[in-house]
Amino acid sequence: MNGAGSMEKMKPIPNQTIGERLRRLVFRQEGVLFLIMLVAALFLASRTDKFLTVDNLLQQGRFMTEVGLIAIPMTYIIITGGIDLSVGSILGLTAIVLGWTWQELGFPLELAIITGIASGTAAGLVNGLFIVRVGVPPLMMTLATLALYRGLAEGISQAKSARGYPEWFFQLGQGETLGIPTQLWLLLIAVIVFAAALARTRLGRALYAIGNNETGARFSGLRVNRTLLLIYAFSGLMSAIAGTIFVSRVSTTRSDMGMGIELDVIAAVVLGGTSIFGGSGSIAGTIIGVALIQLLKNGLALTGVTSDATIIVIGSVLIFAILVNNFIQSRRLES
Amino acid sequence: MKKIAALTLVLILLASLFSAPLSAQDRWDGSDDLAANPLECGMMSDMGDMYDYEDEDEDADDDMGMMEYDGGQPMMGEDMAGMDIVLVDVPKLVGIGYFAATTQGQQQAADELGNVTVTTDAPTEANIDDQIQVIDSYITQGVDGILFAANDPVAIAPVLRSALEAGIHVVGYDANSEPDAREWFVNQAEFNGIAKAMIDSLVEQMDVDASFGIVTSTFTTPNQARWIAEMWAYASDCYPELEWLETLEAQEDAVLSFQQAQTLINKYGDDLDGIFAMTSVATPNSADAVQQAGLCEDIAVVGLATPNDMKPYVNQGCVRDVILWNPVDLGYAAVYVMRAVVDGEFSPGDTSVMAGRLGELMVVNGSEVLLGPPFIFTVDNINEFDF
Repeated sequence: MNGAGSMEKMKPIPNQTIGERLRRLVFRQEGVLFLIMLVAALFLASRTDKFLTVDNLLQQGRFMTEVGLIAIPMTYIIITGGIDLSVGSILGLTAIVLGWTWQELGFPLELAIITGIASGTAAGLVNGLFIVRVGVPPLMMTLATLALYRGLAEGISQAKSARGYPEWFFQLGQGETLGIPTQLWLLLIAVIVFAAALARTRLGRALYAIGNNETGARFSGLRVNRTLLLIYAFSGLMSAIAGTIFVSRVSTTRSDMGMGIELDVIAAVVLGGTSIFGGSGSIAGTIIGVALIQLLKNGLALTGVTSDATIIVIGSVLIFAILVNNFIQSRRLES
Repeated sequence: MKKIAALTLVLILLASLFSAPLSAQDRWDGSDDLAANPLECGMMSDMGDMYDYEDEDEDADDDMGMMEYDGGQPMMGEDMAGMDIVLVDVPKLVGIGYFAATTQGQQQAADELGNVTVTTDAPTEANIDDQIQVIDSYITQGVDGILFAANDPVAIAPVLRSALEAGIHVVGYDANSEPDAREWFVNQAEFNGIAKAMIDSLVEQMDVDASFGIVTSTFTTPNQARWIAEMWAYASDCYPELEWLETLEAQEDAVLSFQQAQTLINKYGDDLDGIFAMTSVATPNSADAVQQAGLCEDIAVVGLATPNDMKPYVNQGCVRDVILWNPVDLGYAAVYVMRAVVDGEFSPGDTSVMAGRLGELMVVNGSEVLLGPPFIFTVDNINEFDF
């Protein structure tokens, strides 16, 4: 995670001293957020010795994978000035399709997984089609499909849970590979690949361009429609993968899976410094945002703070982090 | 044109997906698909002393009466018999009257025993993943025992199994998990008993050919789905003329419950004789909707709820019966069962356990402790309760 993604990365200022470079790195959005996370982690570790252990941190990595995976496409979408509220419902729909095709239609589990992921991707594609071709604003379209896909999931499942999967399937959500939770590898690879894609490819630059000025981007010959279609389908795909992992982790399917996860995802993305108005943001920031929220949730619970008090603290920290960041960024722009 | 055609096609596909599974079913919506075990027909009030568990056991001896212990066991840990223990209680959610009452019962038991500390901590919404994470952090933190009420019987099982592996005792109450993921489950009332009490109450109030709707939490919530399935089975056997109209989901949300009850009232008008409300949130809000519509005489609300929420409607005569067990006793029993397990006084194979002021509680279904028959709150007794 080499500070990928911010626009200024692309126009390095010549003849920087090492000190200046370090300053620039630390005072970037991601740098400030990372420091806040370190301080929070050290504080929590000083309160309980159960927090900063390898086992606990890996377990938290397991819990944050689903949100982390969905936060990647969400960062892309928010950078273009859009939003996708239907991700939690797509997650639920994928879980139900997986369980239903396997249990009721008798698909082999491998095929059921592929069908589930394909339906999730198709659900994202439908969002994209209406947004691009019909011109429905993303907020309205995905608010509608938030309800629609959840309804589909409930309709298909008929309140039946699919359970009793073969042992190998649990490897994905409950098992370990090389001593690390399997799904965490997936998140790690996804983060590296898609952080690089955002920072180093034409696609990435197109996303920033669309977010800064969509009309301008169109007149510059960027294929705006195709790009948008792609990222909403990508969002469906990642939500579907997250759904599959979730089913494997909890070993059952329910039509209310992933309910409300869109808010966790958007909170992490925005905390990570992505502008809700579009045009700026990075995957590194997003992942730090996801990790910060998860560490706070867990650390506070371990220090004996009850869940209802924890959400108050997390809300306050969100506001505090955004304020600090805004303050530092505005000071930096002035100087 | 091509565009519009393609989009229409997509919509039709979606619509067909949605409608196909809705057809062809016999159970009422919101039932689960497990086998039902309805009690014998007849009004509970005619059967004298509530109803007789002996009879039921004779009927059921073959399939469940003699069931072997099927719970799990923790890894051998320190022997804590008679020593101070620290328990955590993780209900489905916090902030509602029902689980405040179970917490109250747990504290009473802890005070009586003197060597138990119980803390209640749970998510503020009934969310499976949040509940799993809360339990996980208490395993990491290290407690002697976990009391839980599961948001999903299967989803919660892996984390409970890892608690057992860590040498932590696990006892459930209110909503069960897979049996091998906990040692015992305190069953507040058997599903068929509640189902019978609900149906009998509606029939007494509105006659054998009443039409009714159901307001439930979600179609997949285990307790509610089980009750509805048992109600369907009991009604099919005993009152085939009862007409089920529709089941609506209202999460456990006050505003949504009110709206769903209103939907039933507006949609079915005079045809609606009764509303079954399946959650402690749905019942008072359904009663409120009926009262605001001025239909107390025409629509009987029968549901599960805590007495404090229902006092206004019962005292004003808008609701006759509120069906429940005593959640204070439920929480109280869970702590006593946990203490007995830790002390080695209650082990697999035992047929009963002593639970303080509740006396001797019987073991049913292999590894469940039965609290007793359902309790019906009416205008005659509701004011004696405060939870």
